[in-house]
Amino acid sequence: MKAPADRRLQLEQTWSDKPGLWGFLTTVDHKRIAARYIVTAMLLMFLAGMLALDMRWQLSVPENTRMTPQLFNESFSLHGSTMLFLVSVPLMEALGLWLVPLMLGQRNMAFPRLSAFSFWLYLGGVMTLWVAHALDITPDLGWFEYPPLSGPSYSPGHRADIWAQMITFTEVAALAASVNIAVTILKMRPPGMTLARMPVFLWAQLISSLMTILSMPAIMLVTSMLIADRMVSTHFFAPAGGGDVLLFQHLFWFFGHPEVYIIFIPATGFVSQIVETFSRRPLFGHSVVVLAIMAIGALAFGLWVHHMFAVGLPRLGNNFYTAASMAIALPAGLQIFCWIATMWSGRPWLATPMLWVIGFIATFVIGGLSGIMTASAALDLQLTDTYFIVAHFHYVLIGGAIFPLFGAFCYWYPKATGRLMSERWGRWAFVLIVGGFNLGFFPMHFLGLMGMPRRVYTYPPGMGWDLLNQVATAGSAISVLGGLVFVGNALWSFWRGEHAGSDPWRGSTLEWAGLSPTPPYNLAYTPAVTSLTPMWNGGDPLRAYDGIALERREVLITSVADAAPLYRQRSASASVWPFLSAIAVTAMFLGSIFTPWAVAIGSVPIAAALIGWFWPQRERTMTGLLRKRR
Amino acid sequence: MMKRLPVGVLLALAGCSGVQSPLAPSGREADALFSLFGLMMVVCGAVYVLVMVGLGWSLWRVYRRRTVAADSVSISDRTLDRGVWIAAGIIIVGLTTLIIGSFIADRAMFRARGRDAMLVRVTGHQWWWRIQYRDPATGSWIETANELHLPVGGTTRMSLGSADVIHSFWVPNVAGKLDMIPGRRNLLDLTPRREGWFRGQCAEFCGLQHAHMALDVKVESPAAFNAWLAAQARPAMTPGNGIAARGASLFAGSCAACHVVGGTTAHGRAGPDLTHVATRRSIAAGTLAMTRNNLQGWIAQPQAIKPGTSMPAVPMNPTDINAVAAYLEGLK
Repeated sequence: MKAPADRRLQLEQTWSDKPGLWGFLTTVDHKRIAARYIVTAMLLMFLAGMLALDMRWQLSVPENTRMTPQLFNESFSLHGSTMLFLVSVPLMEALGLWLVPLMLGQRNMAFPRLSAFSFWLYLGGVMTLWVAHALDITPDLGWFEYPPLSGPSYSPGHRADIWAQMITFTEVAALAASVNIAVTILKMRPPGMTLARMPVFLWAQLISSLMTILSMPAIMLVTSMLIADRMVSTHFFAPAGGGDVLLFQHLFWFFGHPEVYIIFIPATGFVSQIVETFSRRPLFGHSVVVLAIMAIGALAFGLWVHHMFAVGLPRLGNNFYTAASMAIALPAGLQIFCWIATMWSGRPWLATPMLWVIGFIATFVIGGLSGIMTASAALDLQLTDTYFIVAHFHYVLIGGAIFPLFGAFCYWYPKATGRLMSERWGRWAFVLIVGGFNLGFFPMHFLGLMGMPRRVYTYPPGMGWDLLNQVATAGSAISVLGGLVFVGNALWSFWRGEHAGSDPWRGSTLEWAGLSPTPPYNLAYTPAVTSLTPMWNGGDPLRAYDGIALERREVLITSVADAAPLYRQRSASASVWPFLSAIAVTAMFLGSIFTPWAVAIGSVPIAAALIGWFWPQRERTMTGLLRKRR
Repeated sequence: MMKRLPVGVLLALAGCSGVQSPLAPSGREADALFSLFGLMMVVCGAVYVLVMVGLGWSLWRVYRRRTVAADSVSISDRTLDRGVWIAAGIIIVGLTTLIIGSFIADRAMFRARGRDAMLVRVTGHQWWWRIQYRDPATGSWIETANELHLPVGGTTRMSLGSADVIHSFWVPNVAGKLDMIPGRRNLLDLTPRREGWFRGQCAEFCGLQHAHMALDVKVESPAAFNAWLAAQARPAMTPGNGIAARGASLFAGSCAACHVVGGTTAHGRAGPDLTHVATRRSIAAGTLAMTRNNLQGWIAQPQAIKPGTSMPAVPMNPTDINAVAAYLEGLK
């Protein structure tokens, strides 16, 4: 889409941020915010990887004394909490924040200031956990903190509260991001992009956002109940006071299981887009893939009990959850079939993003199949809480979500930076990471089957676990090395990479219509969509609408099903209030670790910040209470 | 019932695994689960091979297309549509097989046994196991700790509970695990089929020393078991020689507040029952072998061996520690 220079200049002026620190703090540009999310989460992934390596070192020989039990427990708690709450979920949302408006040909998210608020609050959660770690008040009860172990009697001090409050931070941030993404996808699609013409990536983001909205309240509730038990002696989870410890587990897993799919579903979106572009044909079975995503999203809420097969619930109920859990294999299997069929009938181009998809299929399917084994209520009694599970969920989460994420990173990197990543180093990173990962985690299946439980800081000699543990340690080290090559490649290419042009892969969807790197206003015109692959319209140039204001921030709102243009909407300008609000909320959350009064006192600055945020900016209307008086 | 599947890899694994492994099943419940695992391996293995062949073939075609004209190897979407149904069919048949297999194994494990099953109460503590047998004759409870004895061939019903946080009872060679939850009692049947020593371990993270909460399990003939149980019911031996007698009086002063020694004034309930501690194979919940040296080390420096344990380091000089260890060593 070519546009005259004066139009570009005008748009640039309207949508640019102020320079310097003020611009940094006030920006509501979805691309800048998403980039911050991605950089923060990647940094945390590196730190969590270092923790993992340290734990692998500890476990490489029996009765190792490198780590004290306290340090080991802190390490796996921090590793798990960071990877699940601060890396995986936020990264998937960040890709949504960055890519959803681009793929819709829009100028920004539906709620630009909410995007900024999400990030600042997420950063508050990151600081809560990691500054606490620096101050040696690290949570040490796993990423799940079951009471009564996390209750006031067995965990005095504030370690458990830090974890619970970190959850509150990240969940508020995730809810805000999810509402933002869902509304943007439903109300801001370009004219012609009906629901049936929506790329799989957008479907995946929509479904996972809706899942977040439905499941996150459960964990916020349960951590708040835990904090109440600890701080004001309620007895939700105290059997002696009439409470029940299993209530915690039900609520935790009612969130915890959907969360796994909240991480996995966006990854299926990446895979679908990569397979389509690099197979040089429209995705085979678009509607099958979309229906599969919906089915996974719905089923995900009906199988949380499979995390609790060993707690002694009624057998008949457990077997119902067995069937529900195994049923997931049907939609997931059909998705895999559609991706392979697309490659089969297309002309695959094995660039690095596509390599990651191949690594994803080969690895993720192992995780899916071991998932079927653990889904059996009977067999799970031998598998749960052993290294078999450690192997299983790393295959699912690393193989099923992080590999596609690396592929997505390589695929959209030229869009974000205007440069290509080195293919050669990309292949090295791929081989090291995928090879090291499989070498490191496959032996853990055997360790579990040979009786090694999870979360043990050491084990006695003579159990036959030594060699496999050493192999696992070596594999993880290779994998971390590959990660460093990947990051090194990304950094080097940022300054020295080959110039990419606007569309180096000849991609199928709208984000490739604009310039790379994307200017602050995204596309110069509003695109008109007539097919699932608007950039491949049989060679027809992309058609475009005009009529959205150039001199003020404005976006186009369309109808939910047909994406028919409805009206033009003012889009929020840069503002410091999201930042200030996030600080106010952070202060309240942190204070409430120490005293319940913080909730009352801390709400005053929050109210002030929100009033500032929502202070009417438009000219007053001629009618109503706030009408303009003459 | 499913028969055990002759899968080479399973047997190879079973060969190299030991006293704490689901792959070396030695009980009715573990057998059922091992058969189910074999079925899972076959079905899931076949599916994996199928997926990899599909993926490999589709990529190989890329390679071949460099030499063959593009159109000659294309495949129509209509053919692929049929493929969706075939794939769905394969998945549904596979899943149905596995779900039925899982139900059968579940029923085999939890089938209601005769009412005559012996009842054993196991209570999890941070970080050890309290074990109480109900005496079939008197109905009273015979208490021991950290070492479970089971008669081969019979079914023993474990009543599992916890005194503090959640633990999980797991003796993989005999049966699957079941959690021990404060405020609840879970029932688990164990039907060992082979005599020998096995090892169990707590399988739910229970705090600092989760790694050192192991359980020795001895499966023995009914006669040997009955003899053992009768011996456990008896009060403790009175120490004979001078040093052990000295140890007994030191024990009464320093240790009796937390430990029981039957037939003496030691009535503490905070720690494991030590009435017949010397008959056990290990001390501190499977942490150390039962030797005089280890007893001394454990009494002298429990926090160095098992950091965080509730066992305090009682201030005693080495001679006294030696005397207490000698006394304990005599508690057969």
